[in-house]
Amino acid sequence: MEKNFISIVANKKTKSMIEKTAAMIVTGCTVVSIIAVISITMYMFISGTPAIFKVGLTDILFGRVWDPTAVDPQYGILYIILTSIVGVALALCIGVPIGVLTAVHLSEIANPRVRKIVKSAIELLAGIPSVIYGLLGILIINPLMYKLELIIFANSTTHQFTGGANLMSAILVLSIMILPTLINMTETSLRAVPDDYRKSSLALGASQIQTIFKVVLPAAKNGIMSAIVLGVGRAIGEAMAILLVAGNAVNAPLPFNSVRFLTTGIVSEMGYSSGTHRQVLYTIGLVLFIFILLINFLLTYILKRGDEHGE
Amino acid sequence: MENSLFVKKYRISDQILNILIRLSSFLSTGLLVVIIGYIAIRAIPHFSFSILTHTTSVLKGTVGILPNIINTLYMIIVTLLIAGPIGIGGAIYLNEYASNKTFVEIVSFTTEVLAGIPSIIYGLFGMLFFGEFLRLNYSILTGSLTLAIMILPIISRNTQVALQSVPKSYREAALGIGATKWYMIRTVLLPSAIPGILTGVILAMGRIIAESAALLFTAGSVAILPTNLFTHLFSSGATLTIELYIQMGRSNYDLAFVIALVLIVIVLVLNFIAKWISQKFDVNKGV
Repeated sequence: MEKNFISIVANKKTKSMIEKTAAMIVTGCTVVSIIAVISITMYMFISGTPAIFKVGLTDILFGRVWDPTAVDPQYGILYIILTSIVGVALALCIGVPIGVLTAVHLSEIANPRVRKIVKSAIELLAGIPSVIYGLLGILIINPLMYKLELIIFANSTTHQFTGGANLMSAILVLSIMILPTLINMTETSLRAVPDDYRKSSLALGASQIQTIFKVVLPAAKNGIMSAIVLGVGRAIGEAMAILLVAGNAVNAPLPFNSVRFLTTGIVSEMGYSSGTHRQVLYTIGLVLFIFILLINFLLTYILKRGDEHGE
Repeated sequence: MENSLFVKKYRISDQILNILIRLSSFLSTGLLVVIIGYIAIRAIPHFSFSILTHTTSVLKGTVGILPNIINTLYMIIVTLLIAGPIGIGGAIYLNEYASNKTFVEIVSFTTEVLAGIPSIIYGLFGMLFFGEFLRLNYSILTGSLTLAIMILPIISRNTQVALQSVPKSYREAALGIGATKWYMIRTVLLPSAIPGILTGVILAMGRIIAESAALLFTAGSVAILPTNLFTHLFSSGATLTIELYIQMGRSNYDLAFVIALVLIVIVLVLNFIAKWISQKFDVNKGV
């Protein structure tokens, strides 16, 4: 073919090569996330299981004494697991009502200007680094809790004073931290409820509040459920915010005990641990990872059920 | 009169619930005001620009967070260089190329899983895989690689949404006048999707700046000025959040609050930029 001849077919070869490489590269990019998930899962299981064989599964999961540096080391993480479960559950008890009601306000009641202000505030709340929550936790919430502790246990001789660094403080911090997740997800699902529902309910004579609580919220049930599950995921995985706020001693999860969570257990000892001790910390990581996987499957299940039940 | 159509029935429960709803909304907003206010009050008396431009040194008697600022910048740039192309490429594939439905489902499931994994787990994985297995030890590169996996879902999801919002007619028009697929993506699709992609990138930046748990065991806690721009990648470097955590542990709250203020200002600015972009360049606004 001549050089100056403009042809559609002329550089077909280079073109198709570029096309093919581009397609291959983007396919490769997609595979990265799959590889990442597989390798993270593998690594968590491979590094988390040796300690189970060394110490014994029941000794780790149901042992109540955590004393890894003793002559006869004890690696019981029962209280650590229970603390994470109780802490997250109570944080939800505080966070969910506030979060859902705020979402109701945003989607059903607030005028556009108020909505804009509240929404941007919540977006910012989500962006604040978790260490800052921790810093404010020790300086604002802990002193308050200490005062409460002094009042409640004024006559107690057995209570070990925590200076306010206890489960209650950690729960308060966690409940604040899950608010943005809860509010955003719930608001989205409330907005997805068709307007006809509201109009029909109002036309039947229900008040706005009745409409919200008897029609709109039940219709958005699935969305709210997944918001809560995501909130659980966020709360159970939080480490830096509650590390110093919770007191960080392994105790039974009672409100005014200094406690240690799964996450803070890893962070606080990873720096200096070695040998079996370190492997047990990996096992704690594995336990946390399994919790997260369960939460993920639950979430997928809820969303799928929502798709089937929806129109 | 009681059942009149014209008189609104007064329900006490309605009133209570209404007040509760407004109260929770007020509380959620109030929290932010309290947080920012408290940090500002505690930080401003101790703030000076010399803190931003000096490194902490006992010998010279200076206190400063310049190394941490530089480390944070390093972390942002390197992480985005790794995760940006991968995330955007993956989104392009899912949106434009993918034809196998199960494959798409698997990929979106893994993206969900990645988004749900807590940062401490990323930290553990990064330490074990990049730090110990690949022998990168405590270094900015280890931290960046770890964070790159972590922010992948943010970038890829935002890019996907941005690509979806590009009208179908753009694609058909480009293909119709003879453009090949990749040419169409490169010259038509990506430019129209850029605002959305940028929003994702800025959100990811916010996440990188705010991250601490994933960096503690990957990037380490050393705060020295870089001597060589390239080798600094392979040395341990504490970001602003890690430095805040260290100062907090030493009960050095004055410096901790100054760092907190710097972080909050950065987060605020990023937030405004993201908002501005998504408002200014809304693809569907004019359509």
